[in-house]
Amino acid sequence: MEKRAVFKSWWLPIVFALPQLLLILCFFYWPVAAVVNWAFTLEPPFGGPAEFVGFANFQEAFADPFYWNSVVVSLIFAIVGPLFAISIGLVLAIAVDRQLPGSGFFRFLYILPYAIAGPAAGMAFRFILSPERGLAASLNAMWPDIWNPAKYGEHALALVIIIFIWKWSGYTFIFLLAGLQSVPRALGEAAAMDGAGPFRRAIDVQVPLLAPTLFFLLVTMMTEGFVGADTFGIVHAVTEGGPNHGTEVMVYRIVDEAFKGLNYSGASAQSIILIGLIMIFTFIQFRFVEKRVHYK
Amino acid sequence: MKLFVLKTALAGLMAATTLGVAPAFAEKTKFEFWYGLSGDLGDRVQDACKKFNDSQSDFEILCTSQNGYDTTLQNTIAAYRAKKQPAITQIYDAGTLDLMLSKAFIPAKQLMADNGYKIDWNNYFGGIANYYATAAGELQSFPFNSSTAMFYYNVSAFEKAGIDFKPDTWEHVEEAARKLKAAGFECPLGFNFDTWPLLEQFSAIHNQPLATKANGYEGLDTEVVFNKTKFVDHVKFFKKMQDEKLFVVKTKQLGMDIVPAFTSQTCQMIQTSVADHGTVGKTLPEGVKWDVAMLPVWKGTERKNSLVGGASLWVMAGRPAAEYKGAAAFLNFLAQPDMVQWWSTVTGYIPVTKTGFDAMKANGFYDKAPYKGRELAIASLTYTPTSENTRGIRLGSFTQIRKEVSTSLEAIFMQNADVQKELDQAAERSNAILRRFEKTYAGQKLN
Repeated sequence: MEKRAVFKSWWLPIVFALPQLLLILCFFYWPVAAVVNWAFTLEPPFGGPAEFVGFANFQEAFADPFYWNSVVVSLIFAIVGPLFAISIGLVLAIAVDRQLPGSGFFRFLYILPYAIAGPAAGMAFRFILSPERGLAASLNAMWPDIWNPAKYGEHALALVIIIFIWKWSGYTFIFLLAGLQSVPRALGEAAAMDGAGPFRRAIDVQVPLLAPTLFFLLVTMMTEGFVGADTFGIVHAVTEGGPNHGTEVMVYRIVDEAFKGLNYSGASAQSIILIGLIMIFTFIQFRFVEKRVHYK
Repeated sequence: MKLFVLKTALAGLMAATTLGVAPAFAEKTKFEFWYGLSGDLGDRVQDACKKFNDSQSDFEILCTSQNGYDTTLQNTIAAYRAKKQPAITQIYDAGTLDLMLSKAFIPAKQLMADNGYKIDWNNYFGGIANYYATAAGELQSFPFNSSTAMFYYNVSAFEKAGIDFKPDTWEHVEEAARKLKAAGFECPLGFNFDTWPLLEQFSAIHNQPLATKANGYEGLDTEVVFNKTKFVDHVKFFKKMQDEKLFVVKTKQLGMDIVPAFTSQTCQMIQTSVADHGTVGKTLPEGVKWDVAMLPVWKGTERKNSLVGGASLWVMAGRPAAEYKGAAAFLNFLAQPDMVQWWSTVTGYIPVTKTGFDAMKANGFYDKAPYKGRELAIASLTYTPTSENTRGIRLGSFTQIRKEVSTSLEAIFMQNADVQKELDQAAERSNAILRRFEKTYAGQKLN
């Protein structure tokens, strides 16, 4: 039986929680309330009479074919990016966890990309993988247009996702390595005694025991892929949503609409739709994926 | 350790309070100026501020870069809504209408009259001033860093290819491109999807409307018409030239934008802002001959003046009266001929006043090598008096409309989409943007 310490008075815990509550109020609930307000009105950017327009801002978003295009692009980004980032992080973590010579060095090396800001990484990759000047230039010389993110939307989307994976693999790697280190050594050793090779041990022993970590990463990474600062930063630095809307993720559209177009109302409506989508996504993950996760 | 933390916190608090009350016992009136230029140009703005602060002892201007035109507009809006706006802010051409409708500013004429400055408003070049003036010609903000688009060409390459004419018409440009190609130049003309030279300047100098209601000057119920003008044929011409590999797309997504493409001598002709004149001169290797010309026109076209680009200075409403005295003094300081010349020399922007330009011409500024050719920007801007199609573009959410057009150009030139269909779609989407803008400012009239 756990022993619990309980506050006698009702106000003391509230006082302790107050700073945090204030922060949440200021930086979360207040902005959300403002966004909801914007979403249902049309107001000039510098202020002035805000006209209530009901769902017009939402209807406008839904009626735009390019809006649905951005939803699809975002979904692809938020599914493919995280899955690869987690898989690569997992492989690297399992490799480093074997503590072969040089593990310490590689551990450091693999974390490094995470320390680089998304837009900076994007800028670098834009040059490295540019079709006419970068590494791909020689490939393009042999087979014209085999890699041309400035021309093909698919290539451009692949490019921004690759940058996302490159950066976030380092992040998943840290978590998975920490998770692996809490897997009892005895389990792996016992399996090895029974003749299981490293591959079999990884699949049958390590991955199942990592399930809680993997689930956590799945949820956080997908949210990151949807709304993360890097998703916007990378797209902004590399493709600017192009070519021809090929990489226009929802967050890029929202920022563009709000800060370039000064259409705060439309951007707010789109933000609310995005929040809703993430809630649905997370709900599905908890409802269907978490069932298969065993914490103890 | 704890004590140290406490001390720092206290010191911070003290600093904050002293800063807060400083203006009370300082003699100088301080006021803020936000600008969007960054990098080298941003440093030049700082120099201008320093010059002003050193020149007199009544005011102190605090200049802060917001690192970009769109962020400056954005931050100005946020600050205005929080009642913390700067006295002066620099707003780019595309944000002009948003400011005009905001009622959040003090018109240029009123500010100067209130503070006892006599300004000859006709001294501003019409092509520049009208972009920032109402349809009736009332100047609302102060033209500051101004530019227009020019045609850059590599004279050495032209000589090598045996071209003995100037690229003054598009027919000549095509002929030059063919000769350059024949002489082994891979990229005779480089272009990107920037709408400013391709659509806006082209439409102005060919006297083509971009939108109804005098390009939006006469009402918010304007509609774009660029899908029905000569612009369509012009895009088709570019497409044909691209198919023949005479005009080549150069964007940063492909690895190199047009200005680096020109300065690395990859491409021999480009259209870009006169503000790049300094960069091009500094970057091209010694011995390479190059020159600028006014943007080409189609043969038989009566050339009109080109449009001004860049930004203007707006004085925000709701500041204490003392700050406006300072703001007026600063704006007057910037308009002095020696300041005009200094600014033009160090940046490459063009002088905005006739006296400033005349003084520079008299000094022989435009005769010497690095600055020679820049006078053509003025010639281009003042080629004819401004008319309905050439005084400017007054469209709401113009940044988004530009984006719609450049996206359609991307589809046309990168993905082989049909020219007319893409431009029709861009026009339709632009009109939807305009209708939303009109609704946002319901009941407001352009004066």
